[in-house]
Amino acid sequence: MNEAMLTAFVVAALAAAMPLLLTAIGETVGEQSGVLNIGLEGLMLVGAYASFAVTLASGSFTLGFLCGAVAGAALSSLMALLAVRLRASQIVVGIGLTLAGTGLTSMLYDASYADTRPHLPPPTPVPIGPLDAIPVLGPALSTQPTAFYLTWVMLGFASLWLHHTGPGLRLRAAGQRPEALAAVGGRVLRLRVGAVLFGGATAGLGGTYLALVSAGTFTPGMTHGLGFLAIVVAMLGRGRMLAVGGIALVYGIFVAIGTALQLTTIELSNDVITMAPFVVVLIVLAAIGLKRTRGGQEARPALPPALATPYPPGD
Amino acid sequence: MSAPARALDVLARTVAPLVLAILGSAVVLLALGANPWAFYADVLRFSLTGEGWQQTLTAMAPLLLISLGLIVSFRAQLWNLGYGGTYLLSAAVVAGVAPAVFAFLPYGAATLLLLVLAAGVGLILALIPASLKAWFGTNEVITSLMTSFVAASLANLLVKGPFQDPSVSVPQTRVLDLEFMLAYVPGTRVHLGVVLAFALVILMHVMLTRSSFGTRIDVLGLNPRAAAHAGIHVPRMTVAVFVVSGALIGLAGAIDMLGLWGYMRTDWNPGYGDKILPFVFLARLNPLGSVPLVGVYAVLATGGTLAAQRAGISVDLLTLLVALVLFFMVIVEYLAARHSVGRSYLPRGIFKAVRA
Repeated sequence: MNEAMLTAFVVAALAAAMPLLLTAIGETVGEQSGVLNIGLEGLMLVGAYASFAVTLASGSFTLGFLCGAVAGAALSSLMALLAVRLRASQIVVGIGLTLAGTGLTSMLYDASYADTRPHLPPPTPVPIGPLDAIPVLGPALSTQPTAFYLTWVMLGFASLWLHHTGPGLRLRAAGQRPEALAAVGGRVLRLRVGAVLFGGATAGLGGTYLALVSAGTFTPGMTHGLGFLAIVVAMLGRGRMLAVGGIALVYGIFVAIGTALQLTTIELSNDVITMAPFVVVLIVLAAIGLKRTRGGQEARPALPPALATPYPPGD
Repeated sequence: MSAPARALDVLARTVAPLVLAILGSAVVLLALGANPWAFYADVLRFSLTGEGWQQTLTAMAPLLLISLGLIVSFRAQLWNLGYGGTYLLSAAVVAGVAPAVFAFLPYGAATLLLLVLAAGVGLILALIPASLKAWFGTNEVITSLMTSFVAASLANLLVKGPFQDPSVSVPQTRVLDLEFMLAYVPGTRVHLGVVLAFALVILMHVMLTRSSFGTRIDVLGLNPRAAAHAGIHVPRMTVAVFVVSGALIGLAGAIDMLGLWGYMRTDWNPGYGDKILPFVFLARLNPLGSVPLVGVYAVLATGGTLAAQRAGISVDLLTLLVALVLFFMVIVEYLAARHSVGRSYLPRGIFKAVRA
């Protein structure tokens, strides 16, 4: 492989990893607060469509990203209202979000762009100055837009906020022991509503990144299960943002390997790559379960204890 | 509340979300410049008149079986969300091996073997989340969902690999000869799988409402700790519930392949489970009650596909309509429960926690 191919490889890996990473940041915050949102697929699609339509009309990527975040947060407000406030099952509402997002965006696309199938130009990359000279990584980074860097900044802030600030600790308490948090005057529902809306916004941003940067267009159902993968990434990360970032990058590298292998004689089906993360998470969950039942070293619990349980509990 | 008043109350709570969702979709149709009146008239015309009712009944077969699978597991407060992949993998296996099985075995034996095989695929897939839940207490929402994705990818791999028909350029299984498909009920174009589905609805209804197994499922669903105190072996019961649920959903794949489609393509996914889920809850997890509600969805799906084409809109309006049913159901039930200061008649699944 020559350097140009390696650069293309890195660019492909990042293009695959970033939408997943953005979505997983919000899902991690949500899961830590005790809300399991399985409607990410719908939220991503809504964000992708809204940002695509707005950027196509206005020519502004910034406006597109803003609208994508707003659209994701808007749809996720249903989760905040129905599941957190009215205490309906998070699973049922999540399935509803996926259905609503998929149905709505597919209909709108069909009504507005199905005949013309427009594409967007790539967003302007951020100049990186002398770093450009680094082999492989330099040229790859020099093609990345502002959103790429902002995502990593957001990851860092989310990590700091979640683990080193008062509100962040309270949010994690809402997922660990909501009744204990409430006893010391914490507001469980407000924290969870905030976490859900933040998760909706980042899922919308994930969809936006996919549509505006990675694909340059919107197609119905373009997420292909990426929203569910984000749940996996958040779950494997177990609340540690840096792990979330690492896992998303590993996923991106695997996707890029799959694409690269299609150029060679080795056949590695897309389905194997799609399947792999889900197999891994099953194995990890089984291993954690085994470790806990064997009574060995107390394993870090795979999921916050209050995950997917409404507060206050009871009928 | 007297019995008739209560029945009326339940009926109102069941119909209201459907009416609201249909009205909501009508607003969407208006916004897209289509005539909602003509659309819904088309839906009824294509799904009920002429040959339509037979197509609607045929569409109900897999939907009823998947509903039964969901009902069994949701009644036990176990979330088997593996329905999507389970259906697809069972369908792929049946479509893939059917031509060979029919070549070696007589028609009746081959059909029976394929039905058992599909149920077996569903059963094995269900064992993954079931055993993780039973032994380690791992949240079955996640594990069944993950299993579903693995199964869906496996289905694709099989159809592209060993089961692919080499004589066609697109990846799909060999088309089953018409003579090997499930026979029609005499005088109709409704295959016998529909009859089997209805028979299983009655069987499951009796089992869930009149047998000790059904009672144990309900007790487990109400309170697993109480169930353990009542002498119910919770892990064994968890596995049993998942196995029945998975087998029924697997059966749906076989009946759909042998009765309706005859072959399987890659990346084909009717998404039955997600769309039928709100209706299963509206039926209050009652197998007999699910028949009219599955019927409503079958009418919308059968008639809606053609009606959407004629109205020039995407058939995904139906997906949106189903989502609206789900959201309105939650809101109506919440308001009704508050209004009558009584507890919700809706199965606890909707408003109760998922146990970790």
